Amino acid sequence: MTRRGAAPVSWGTDAPRSGSALVVDHLTKRFGERVAYQDVSFEVGYGEVFGFLGPNGAGKTTMVRTLGTLLAPTSGSATVAGIALSAEAGPQIRARISIMPESPGLYLRLTVAENLECFAGLYELGDVGERVAAVLEAVNLTDRANDLCRTLSKGLRQRVALARALLNDPTVLFLDEPTSGLDPVATRDVHDLITALRDRGVTIFLTTHRLEEAERLCHRVAILNTSLLLIGRPDELRERLFTRAVQVRTRAPLADPRAVFEGLDHVEGWEQSASGTYELHVSDPDAAAPEVARALVAAGADVLSLVESRHSLEDVYLELVDEDVEVRRR
Amino acid sequence: MTFSWTRVGAIFRKELRDYRRNRFVIFTMSALPLLFIVMTMVQLFALKTSVSSARLNDRIGLSMLYLLIIPTMVPSALTAYSVVGEREQGTLEPVLITPISREEFLVAKALAAFTPTIIIAYALFGVFLSAAELFAHPAVVAAIFERSHVLIQLLFTPLLAGWAIWMGIAISARSTDVRAAQQLAIVASLPPLAVVALMSFNIIPASVPLAITLAAGLLVLDIYGWRAVAAVFDRERLISGRVADGRRGARAGR
Repeated sequence: MTRRGAAPVSWGTDAPRSGSALVVDHLTKRFGERVAYQDVSFEVGYGEVFGFLGPNGAGKTTMVRTLGTLLAPTSGSATVAGIALSAEAGPQIRARISIMPESPGLYLRLTVAENLECFAGLYELGDVGERVAAVLEAVNLTDRANDLCRTLSKGLRQRVALARALLNDPTVLFLDEPTSGLDPVATRDVHDLITALRDRGVTIFLTTHRLEEAERLCHRVAILNTSLLLIGRPDELRERLFTRAVQVRTRAPLADPRAVFEGLDHVEGWEQSASGTYELHVSDPDAAAPEVARALVAAGADVLSLVESRHSLEDVYLELVDEDVEVRRR
Repeated sequence: MTFSWTRVGAIFRKELRDYRRNRFVIFTMSALPLLFIVMTMVQLFALKTSVSSARLNDRIGLSMLYLLIIPTMVPSALTAYSVVGEREQGTLEPVLITPISREEFLVAKALAAFTPTIIIAYALFGVFLSAAELFAHPAVVAAIFERSHVLIQLLFTPLLAGWAIWMGIAISARSTDVRAAQQLAIVASLPPLAVVALMSFNIIPASVPLAITLAAGLLVLDIYGWRAVAAVFDRERLISGRVADGRRGARAGR
């Protein structure tokens, strides 16, 4: 696996600089000597689904709680849903946002509807019955409205928590590990709900460990390990971090691979990864593939496959986090 | 943002619904008052009218003191759970994420403990007076109504409950364990009751002016208790277990 040098932390290229749903500027949070996160800056545009990735203890939940006015930052500034972050602005900010914590935090002795009615009151919503019915429909729980929450499965409780987070029609919705501990079916249900919200243009700030989840749901992602390591679109991060490559497999090892690959216009380098398997670093896979195929055929090789190597977001994540751990050890 | 009774009402209703379905709360609200009303009745009907007026008064004072334990113990048990219990269950964070202010949250929690306590305490006092009127010796009834016993009950029931509620919430907001909070809250609720006990036993000679003066004093303590609770209620501490150590004025306490 060949990688380019990690690009410096930068503002997202897609998010508009003005009128952003979230603007975080050199934000730092410490608990005594312990640094939760430091010098973090990014913007999230309205209607964007922004993934916040990082290992345990990276500061993801603390960031959510800070932006949700539950914790005061140690330094730096932020604007949340158009309001500057401060203790005084806490109630106004909290009226415009919603946070779905990792644990659903439902009142288990109350029914689903009673839980939602309580929170509708806390947001001072009118037409409580209508609003509760609407969010229950949004999460497909209308038929469970009168069930006690303690009788619900973990997946259903997570859906109730999501319904609760939708009650006030938030400008920014923070989802903190929404699929943590869920089985694949419940995870898929939550993903479908998030996709539906994304399609409706809801701004979502999603913290997750699940990289396939971030890749599937998020317009952009940020990778945090106390400080921000990288930010951008998943495909952009892959390009920024890894050279593009084409993988070739032949029935038998090439007699002289150097003669085959060197001199090709679009091949910048190559390496043999296994017997009969070659990794070619290319500038443009679409242009390189036919050129490589012709060269292999001309060399009399039996080509089994010729495919572009695709690095997943997981590769990007592991590369960055592993490197960060190494740097901290030094 | 102005104080919202809608938000107070939302938490208040939620608390009452939760109480109704919580066996521990039902037990606390029924068994404890039942125990003390039985003890009061036994004391009442065991009274001999042949004793001196002062002794009769002491015994009535003792029996009515049992009734004042109800507004002290019941809200202590309820409010000691109110913050730390929610924190343990994971239900506190979703509430603190809403626009509710700490004042609204505290008032809602206090009212939810105060309302059933007062209803139970006054109802049992009514039962006590009715039973005395109907079945007790006329001399005993006369002794109950002659002195300041009724006034002490009426005045001190809500004031003792108020003190117990603020102490319970304050301890709950600073605790990390429900059981420890409940034990501490009960201990913290007792000092004002001790003063009332001194009056009931005539160690401090009971009189209407003295009762009113002590009640006013307890009211002041209740007000300071409320302020103390508001001061210790800090969102950051409740969420992270630490007080904000950042910039001055940036505390996330509202």
